[in-house]
Amino acid sequence: MQSSSTARADNVKNDLSYANFERRAALKALSAAGLMGFTALPAWAQFRVEVSGVGLTQLPIALPLFTGEAQAPQKISAILRADLERSGMFRAVDAEGLKADENTRLDAGMWRQRGADSVATGSITLLADGRFDVRVRLWDVVRSQDLGGQSHVVSAADLRLAAHRVADFIYEKLTREKGIFATRIAYVTKSGTRFNLWVADSDGENAQSALISPEPIISPSWSPTGAQLAYVSFESRKPVIYSHDVATGKRRLLANFKGSNSAPAWSPDGRQLVATLSRDGGSQIYAMDVNGSEPRRLTQSSSIDTEPTYTLDGQSIYFVSDRGGAPQIYKMAANGSNPQRVTFTGNYNISPALSPDGRWMAYISRIGGAFKLHVMDLASGVSSAITDTSADENPSFAPNSRLILYVTQQQGREALMTSTLDGKVKARLTGAVGDIREPDWGPFTR
Amino acid sequence: MKQVHFPLLSALTLSLTLVGCGSNVKLNEVAVEDRSGAPTAVSQAPAPAPAPAPALAPSAAGRAVAPVEIRSADSAAAGPAGVARVIYFDYDSFSIRPEFQSAVDAHSRFLTSNTARKIAIEGHTDERGGREYNLALGQKRAEAVRRSMTLLGVAESQIEAVSLGEEKPAQTGSTEEAYARNRRAEVNYR
Repeated sequence: MQSSSTARADNVKNDLSYANFERRAALKALSAAGLMGFTALPAWAQFRVEVSGVGLTQLPIALPLFTGEAQAPQKISAILRADLERSGMFRAVDAEGLKADENTRLDAGMWRQRGADSVATGSITLLADGRFDVRVRLWDVVRSQDLGGQSHVVSAADLRLAAHRVADFIYEKLTREKGIFATRIAYVTKSGTRFNLWVADSDGENAQSALISPEPIISPSWSPTGAQLAYVSFESRKPVIYSHDVATGKRRLLANFKGSNSAPAWSPDGRQLVATLSRDGGSQIYAMDVNGSEPRRLTQSSSIDTEPTYTLDGQSIYFVSDRGGAPQIYKMAANGSNPQRVTFTGNYNISPALSPDGRWMAYISRIGGAFKLHVMDLASGVSSAITDTSADENPSFAPNSRLILYVTQQQGREALMTSTLDGKVKARLTGAVGDIREPDWGPFTR
Repeated sequence: MKQVHFPLLSALTLSLTLVGCGSNVKLNEVAVEDRSGAPTAVSQAPAPAPAPAPALAPSAAGRAVAPVEIRSADSAAAGPAGVARVIYFDYDSFSIRPEFQSAVDAHSRFLTSNTARKIAIEGHTDERGGREYNLALGQKRAEAVRRSMTLLGVAESQIEAVSLGEEKPAQTGSTEEAYARNRRAEVNYR
């Protein structure tokens, strides 16, 4: 990982040069760069933020180079910019060549002239003990007001995390909502015959391997505390559910019943797990205690019932069933009673994910052979496709309900993506090397 | 990570104070040690040359991930000689085509006369559609073969019907030919 972060640093240096351009020109330049073969450079990917549609209200923010950044192993201002732009709430304005740190007095007139409503200035200082002190101050340019500052003293390896925490600070100050940049995601890659379960930062970077296996790994699911991942492993040549403490590597078999064991999902209190078992013949949904208990069967159909997911209050479970002849999404009480159909359009609707605020359901719908990410407003039942790709899979929500993580194919290659709920702002994340699949966005951890 | 109070900062910063994050050095060492503390249930394979070296660089408190590696270990036992082990299915279908009935019959005869033998019937699908839903579809294929065998007198205890969904294609590629090769159930003796 050391070598790759060195390479990344070099690339980021290139990236910063494009701060010269207006945003539109920069995007054009980036897509041209992509055509010229720059796609091989992972650092470019994190800047590939696509903006489509009109009526976007984005807060213009200036993110000049931090003092000392040129000598630091991570380009803090570039990470901040990528984070904030990916959220869809911000637009970075040109700050090329401007120097300011957390102690600089605000030149409000100058920033106003550049179109910034706010500006974050800061510094990175190498301390005597080898750690770095990352400092930032956020200014409201319009009101000429100091909005506060932060300092993070971290090792070189944690500079990216410090940058994500600064991005959360800025996001929270300016939107009054919780930021998700310092949360983590999990995903699986396949490289040759090797499967790897990764835990990465919310931008896909800094991936750490949790599990390497010669057999497939699917359906990773974060526990509500973010300490455990449940997933389906085929290491014993059948699907079996494990829970995995990512900090210690300690694994525990959660479900290894006769037949297949799959689609694990945690209850919001972390005490129950719902999963699809075929122990009684056919794929049916069961609930079980995380600490081990006889599974309780929740569905009683002769059809496929799978992909269960709890609502945040733990009272209901959304799931997929082909009881009506084709896979559709249903909702039932947590004890399995009162199933009701939720999707009515199309004949293939799978992989429901619920936003933590309870307002939205993301899912995949097949339309004319294309698998497209949809978002449904649960109050009205109105749903729309939010991508122009055709192999979307596996949506999950950011813990603040503002972004959706999913995978798709772009130019025949797997791509790990985020999108705003309206589909207007999408970003392709840099993941670990290999075919990328099965992402899951982890929770807030404090 | 500690909070520094700049002159103009107020109570806002207090709420952002990150407790204890500055003291992560010791924890990092622990995290690296944890690697050898991996569970006994999982064999630690020798690191092959191109292994994507897990990031063991020091990380923030509670952020380190201890990698686990699993070695492959499976071997198939022999079943009846000269009997097809793979049953193919039509698109969106879970019924055994007539041309494969004789193979199902032969496996059933073998199992009823060798009651100590056991099989796994592995259902598979093509790559189109969701992984979990395909796992359930593959299960349906495996169950169809299982039911057929139990009707022919094979004990339930001799059969495990499982699904590998789209995860283990017999043929890679996104062609109709590959799809047809992958919609299958395999009979594997244990």
